[in-house]
Amino acid sequence: MIDVQDLRITFGKGTAIENKALQGVNLTVADGEFVTVIGSNGAGKSTLMNCLTGELIADSGSIVIGDQEVSRWNAAKRSSLVSRVFQDPLAGTCENLTIEENLALAHSRGINRGFGRAINRHKRELFRERLSRLRLGLESRLEDKMGLLSGGQRQAVSLIMATLQPTKTLLLDEHTAALDPRMQAFVLELTHELVEEEGMTTLMITHSMGQALQFGSRTVMLHEGQVVLDVSGEERSKMTIHDLVDMFASVRGEQLDSDSLLLG
Amino acid sequence: MNIVSLMGAVELGLIFGLIALAVFLSFRVLDFPDLTIDGSFPLGAAVCATLIISGSSPLLATVIAFIAGGCAGLVTAFLHLRFKIMNLLASILTMIALYSINLRIMGRPNLALITEDTILTPFLGLDVKMYLLKPLVAGVIVLIVALIVARFLNSDYGLSMRATGANQKMARAQGIDTNRTTYVGMALSNALVGLAGALFAQMNGFADITIGTGTIVIGLAALIAGEALFSTRGMLLAVLACILGSVVYRLAIAFALKADVIGLQSSDLNLVTAVLVVIALVLPGAKNPLKNLIKRGK
Repeated sequence: MIDVQDLRITFGKGTAIENKALQGVNLTVADGEFVTVIGSNGAGKSTLMNCLTGELIADSGSIVIGDQEVSRWNAAKRSSLVSRVFQDPLAGTCENLTIEENLALAHSRGINRGFGRAINRHKRELFRERLSRLRLGLESRLEDKMGLLSGGQRQAVSLIMATLQPTKTLLLDEHTAALDPRMQAFVLELTHELVEEEGMTTLMITHSMGQALQFGSRTVMLHEGQVVLDVSGEERSKMTIHDLVDMFASVRGEQLDSDSLLLG
Repeated sequence: MNIVSLMGAVELGLIFGLIALAVFLSFRVLDFPDLTIDGSFPLGAAVCATLIISGSSPLLATVIAFIAGGCAGLVTAFLHLRFKIMNLLASILTMIALYSINLRIMGRPNLALITEDTILTPFLGLDVKMYLLKPLVAGVIVLIVALIVARFLNSDYGLSMRATGANQKMARAQGIDTNRTTYVGMALSNALVGLAGALFAQMNGFADITIGTGTIVIGLAALIAGEALFSTRGMLLAVLACILGSVVYRLAIAFALKADVIGLQSSDLNLVTAVLVVIALVLPGAKNPLKNLIKRGK
């Protein structure tokens, strides 16, 4: 479960470029729920994500993941509860380390790292088995540097890394945005499969209205640091991309109107 | 060149192999440009020499020099991580402070160890010539240390340290406390330098406040030579390449200084080293640990 209450964060407080990125976000995601998150640039999607993973510490508000209040935990500590796939394929993996070393890093997530060998036969077997489901032939390239893989291949490996340890929560930050359409479809399908299998509570940021409705069971829209739309169930299943785009536009339109009122 | 000066170069190369290893740990593994080394090398020598003269056993003195070096690395890491002082500047501050500290430890600019017991003393009974004994002892110690470091880098903890240098954000997302791995890495790196200082003082029979000058550049040159000459695929090979690179570099310098045609004096050493490092840096496609420094300077 993820429970976010009245989360607020302001960047550059008291300066000319003050930016109230989150202005009281409330969001509760039940166990095993798959929520897609949309919103325009600057709506606070990535900031919310960074607050959940601990890359940013919010100014106020509470974050509960599982049954732990984590709002003061740093990123490393939260990693035992949350796994994450970044937008940038370069960000989620180490290009100078080999594929198996990257997987070994993820394999020890949430476990005390000791002085035993990072790679052993047992782990190699496991990595091979996990990679083979990608059908990308990576299981025979364990000792290749991660930097040799394409962006799509790296995202696919990132997903495998994210599910290597039984964390209950998966955060996806536009993880297919940097990929070509074919690879995008492949990574999304893989995401769907893995989430189903592991029953993970998932939050997926996307820029694509189509993806937002196609995947998961609930869609949330952020605007100016607040949740402005939250649809699920029957209402959502009847929705078309067109409806969503209209709602998207109307949320932004209202904002324009209130601005013009103020100015006028 | 005669056998004595040849073995002298090998011995120096082995001791500076530890420095190359330290530079590998800070510059390559942690991506932390660290100049503390110029201070922790004489620190190791000063601590070791002072302890030996005041009567402690050479082995204990060497171990304490190792620990003292580690503390110097911790100070630099602390300045950078706690107060967000730029890493290069933090290391320069520690290095400058160490100059005064080293003078305090020794009480004067240099100490002689010629008449004292050293780590070599137990082996003097063996029928081995001194010019062979020194590189042998240095070689055994350096090889053992190198193997331990390689094994460490291949462990789960070592891997988390390598991830820290390669991609901090990713490392944190995988649950790695990147501050802690940086502390450990910097301590280990400078502890190796402290050990090198202790060995240097005992093999050469003195400790001097000025021996640290340019240590970092020699370490870099050795690292670059190692990576250029040997395969660095895998941690064990990368670590051994540091040691071998250092020995090759020392031999090359020794030959260059001995060859009358070139007309170099031993005082030209630092100039030659600096020029070599610059050439290595500007060569297109050359792998080098300072690459990031150049980028940041732009």
